[in-house]
Amino acid sequence: MDIDASNQTAVERMMAARPMLTGLAPAREVIPGMEDNLVLHAGPPIEWERMSGPLRGAVVGALLFEGLAKDEKSAAGMAEAGEVNFAPCHHHNAVGPMAGVISASMEVYILENSTHGNRAYSNLNEGYGKVLRYGAYSEEVLDKLRWMNGSLGPLLREALELSDGLDIRALLAEALHMGDEGHNRNKAGSLLYLKLLSPLIAKVARDEAVEAEVLQFLGDNALSVLNPVMAACKAMADAAHGVEGSTMVTAMARNGTDFGMRVSGLGDDWFTAPAEIPEGLYFPGFTSEDANPDIGDSTITETAGIGGFAMAAAPAIVAFVSGTPQDALNATLEMYEITVAEHEHFTIPPLDFRGTPTGIDIRKVVELGITPRINTGIAHKEPGVGQVGAGLVRPPKEIFEQALVAYAERYEL
Amino acid sequence: MTTSHEIRPGAYYDSVVLMQLQRALAGLPDVMDAGVVMGTAANLELLAQNNLLPKHIQAAPEDLVIVVQAATDEAAEAALGQVDELLSRRRSVAASEFRPKSLQSAAEMLPEADWVLISVPGRYAAGVAREALELGKHVFLYSDNVSLDDEVELKARADELDLLMMGPDCGTAIVGGIGFGFANRVRRGRIGLVGASGTGLQYVTSRIHQMGEGISQALGTGSRDLNGSVAGAMASRGLDLLANDPETEVIVLVSKPPDAAVTARLLQRAWVAGKPIVVSFIGYPPPARQLGNLHFARSLIEAAETAVGLVGAEVAELGVPELRAGARYLRGLFSGGTLAAEALAGFQTVVGPVYSNISEPRLRDPLISKEHSLLDLGEDVFTVGRLHPMIDNDLRIRRLRQEVADPEVGLILLDIVLGEGAHPDPASELAPAIAEARAEHNVEVVVILVGTDEDPQGLEEQRQQLEQAGAVVFAETSAAVAHAISAFAGSERKTAEADFLSRPVAAINVGLESFYDSLREQGAKAVHVDWKPPAGGDERLQAILQKMKS
Repeated sequence: MDIDASNQTAVERMMAARPMLTGLAPAREVIPGMEDNLVLHAGPPIEWERMSGPLRGAVVGALLFEGLAKDEKSAAGMAEAGEVNFAPCHHHNAVGPMAGVISASMEVYILENSTHGNRAYSNLNEGYGKVLRYGAYSEEVLDKLRWMNGSLGPLLREALELSDGLDIRALLAEALHMGDEGHNRNKAGSLLYLKLLSPLIAKVARDEAVEAEVLQFLGDNALSVLNPVMAACKAMADAAHGVEGSTMVTAMARNGTDFGMRVSGLGDDWFTAPAEIPEGLYFPGFTSEDANPDIGDSTITETAGIGGFAMAAAPAIVAFVSGTPQDALNATLEMYEITVAEHEHFTIPPLDFRGTPTGIDIRKVVELGITPRINTGIAHKEPGVGQVGAGLVRPPKEIFEQALVAYAERYEL
Repeated sequence: MTTSHEIRPGAYYDSVVLMQLQRALAGLPDVMDAGVVMGTAANLELLAQNNLLPKHIQAAPEDLVIVVQAATDEAAEAALGQVDELLSRRRSVAASEFRPKSLQSAAEMLPEADWVLISVPGRYAAGVAREALELGKHVFLYSDNVSLDDEVELKARADELDLLMMGPDCGTAIVGGIGFGFANRVRRGRIGLVGASGTGLQYVTSRIHQMGEGISQALGTGSRDLNGSVAGAMASRGLDLLANDPETEVIVLVSKPPDAAVTARLLQRAWVAGKPIVVSFIGYPPPARQLGNLHFARSLIEAAETAVGLVGAEVAELGVPELRAGARYLRGLFSGGTLAAEALAGFQTVVGPVYSNISEPRLRDPLISKEHSLLDLGEDVFTVGRLHPMIDNDLRIRRLRQEVADPEVGLILLDIVLGEGAHPDPASELAPAIAEARAEHNVEVVVILVGTDEDPQGLEEQRQQLEQAGAVVFAETSAAVAHAISAFAGSERKTAEADFLSRPVAAINVGLESFYDSLREQGAKAVHVDWKPPAGGDERLQAILQKMKS
């Protein structure tokens, strides 16, 4: 077994994948296996009893949004009684930030990998404040979701129909040269996204007020592009999954309780351990006491070679990794130690346009004791409070050790 | 408790800067909490939720809102008064350089590094050294407690890859003026060293410096290099390199007494170096003061002095006798035991075992020679019932004919001792036999002729007779032995790519940080690897990782 060759194959597939944003549709119409009483969530599989506050809140919100429950109590009752099915987004070619909850009616982005043909999906970003992804489910939250489903989604779908698809890999490559790292900072990427969409929206909009509202919403939200970016990363990572003998990571995801990981050559097994509390800076009035354990599918960005791995490209947010621009460079340099390749398309100006560290090799993680660096938002542990900070987290190192042992068993080493 | 606030219109700051300011404010004396935000509706609501929103506040999204909650009005005002200072405070944290954890990353950071210095615990050292070799790096392995098997394997691999593998247990080296591990500050110069003894190398290099000369390179080999199973792998390679290093004029070889076979192997390499070599095997009786380009020193200080004296000296080119096809062995036929012993010691030291009737290894039957053989024909077994060979040449002539009839014999070494009491004209009997051996068997004949110009036989006449018969005649044993060695030690100098020794030193250090600091202080480019045992020392995981590598 030539592990290096297998990893090379996997990482080349990941880098060759070209995810194009081609359209939007309600989840039930496009996501494989989507059902009316199925709620998709971030991270590895988890049952209602073990779900953390923000994920529970988001589940309640989704049931209210779908009209399956009439209030919080009945929603929780349904979940407890097993009347709702849960599955990871990852089991349905999808990803979602934070709670990552996707229900059947929600509009989702469709990303198509034009190189290998696989698709990936993500929900729409709600912006800041009280939002479902942090477990909020008040009427105000549901109203926004309805507006997104009724106005934003359809307009974007029509706009995208005019295009041949937006090349999200190219957008990311450009955003990395504009100070983004693609996970915690998507300021530049979101503006590029707005730039690409604006003329298309102008062509299809029939109502000026709605058009203005949509453009304003996209432009105000520095995370607008995060969800298509995550789905793009998912499409890239899926293209690299299932390479016989490969020790390369193809998914990292958290559900707010457990941190889970999948490896290209180890089938669809999840390797999991309790998620940790991120270290970082907190918004006014909050401390690490308020923080929920790590949550969200957004670690798909690090899996694909951006996010914390491209920290050197984003000196504006160095404070999250403790301070100086040199620390940002060091963060990326450290990730070269545990990765298979340098990205062909994502490059970092301050490192003389070196490709980002891409394709985590579980062997290197275990051998060197260096776990991946993940840039992340921090959720409040109570549902509905929202984001309380941002910072750095690392996956528990046990999951890499588990995966290594599983590899030895599977391949009879 | 009191709450104070300040609004700065149109002052944009990145949210990260604001979060840091807030943290700094909250850390001031008597401050309970602080909020620093841009005045967006969402942010103001956030302040309100945490009871940090002052009443009747008017702020626009582009305004900076600073709120401080403190125990006293004074504390709150003092905190607000520090905002500008806190905002402008430059962090004095020195940008810390990236410290790689793997050799691979270090090699990528410093691609010009030729060297890897390794000083990790012994059980991990061989693995790191192997990795370094596979990356194409020369290795200085300070660690000890590396198994002999690993050492042999590492050195064999280094040989295949044309790399230096100094150590394990190599304490010192000087390359291109940069000391590795423990090394004295010495000036650069024309004397190169190879040594299996760290302190020996340090002593000799220091003395050479103190005598005004300098060091080109000092290559350590590790303490076991000259033992039987390692067989001087690194010392041989070091000799080849110094022989090819244009900066090195004189070579010093320092070791505790090596195994005899290893000595021969090593000195044969030294023999063809084309440079003067000072050999200092501590506690090993020198077989001569000088044999060819080899100068034997009895002590370290003598080694240093001899080396300094040889700088700038010419190396006399020795003629290389051409032996008949298929000839592989020397046969020495001596009339006296002492000259026999001296010749034997010299020849054996460089070429290898010589069978004899005077020391080990002994001929089972002195009447039949074997491989390289050297006989004292004055021994009782030969002189029973006949005259001593200094008077009677008959025995020697018969034995000479016997030896040259063996097609594997290429060179005959004889002593002829003149003087009172000896045969009145030994050359008159020996020369025809020598001429016959030369003519019929094309065997090289080398004679050590001992006598004075006042001896009755006539020193010069004897010499002329012998030379006319085709013998090569020497007055000194060591010169005759050197001539004989030339016939068997080969003449091919191994070419070795030594350019890397003259390149500016760039090195990767794995292990003791003091070695890294020392490299940097000496002006070498260096990267330090923040090394930890693989898999945190977990042996089960280490075993899996090992299997995944092979």
